[in-house]
Amino acid sequence: MFKYFEPNKIFSITSKAPKYVLFLFIIILTVGLIEALILSPEDYKQSHSVRIMYVHVPAAWICLGIFSMITFLSVIGYVFKIRNFFLISKSLAPSGFVFSVIALVTGSIWGKPTWGTWWAWDARITSMLILSLFYFIYLIAWRIYDNDDKAFKITTIITVAGIINVPIIKYSVDWWNTLHQQASINILSKSSIHVSMLYPLLIMTAAFTLFSLLIFLMKYNTELIKIKNKGLDRL
Amino acid sequence: MISEILTMNGYGFYVWSAFAFSLLNFTLLYVVIKIQYIKEKEKFIAKFGALNPERATIAKSQSINKEILSNTSTI
Repeated sequence: MFKYFEPNKIFSITSKAPKYVLFLFIIILTVGLIEALILSPEDYKQSHSVRIMYVHVPAAWICLGIFSMITFLSVIGYVFKIRNFFLISKSLAPSGFVFSVIALVTGSIWGKPTWGTWWAWDARITSMLILSLFYFIYLIAWRIYDNDDKAFKITTIITVAGIINVPIIKYSVDWWNTLHQQASINILSKSSIHVSMLYPLLIMTAAFTLFSLLIFLMKYNTELIKIKNKGLDRL
Repeated sequence: MISEILTMNGYGFYVWSAFAFSLLNFTLLYVVIKIQYIKEKEKFIAKFGALNPERATIAKSQSINKEILSNTSTI
């Protein structure tokens, strides 16, 4: 099965896909922005500041999802010695890091009108900050060791250490008293968010997902060309 | 109507700055990754051009090298 993940086989697809993904991203983002900024209703308590949710929540979801994916791929890649899984992980990390920064900064902006403060050292915010730091360390590790076996080992250790933080982020609002409200959207039970707010949120999540896919494809192609450059040196 | 969208009951500064920050980060990340891609591709083309005919034939026999050289996508 792993032969289908060979870079030589998938480059012909990944090199052509970005332009279509970019096109789709622009369309969905436009629809999402119109929904989020104009069409969706204001909240009875938070008024218009609730609109920040449409960038804050998708960014937080995606950076958590990407980190989980990076960890999974790194561990599997390390155990089965699949170099391409590390390449995929490395290419996913930049968008994950940027989404974690967006989640932190937009959360801070949302905190000012809602809680009266830009920052609080509560469990959810602090654990999100730690996730950003893990992303940062992960990216720095790739810069230092660059495609060596040592880089595979160190980045896997970083992701395994960082993944412990992911359930802490998720359940921090249940385990501790925090400024954050509890989850409004549940997959297993009924969500407390109204559909008029749920749809713009899902559209923005789709747009953000497409953006991370776009960045992933571009970064992945860059990494493949980098490997081929080294190959030409050896000829 | 437009002023209502801009001011948002006094929350306009917060809402617009959150959206602007996100979109600015998207643009920056896209530009940085794009520059890396272009640089790496130019390096590849320059190295390929410097190969002697025999080595160029060997390099060209790999499908991925052909893809890189033929891929003129603007993305």
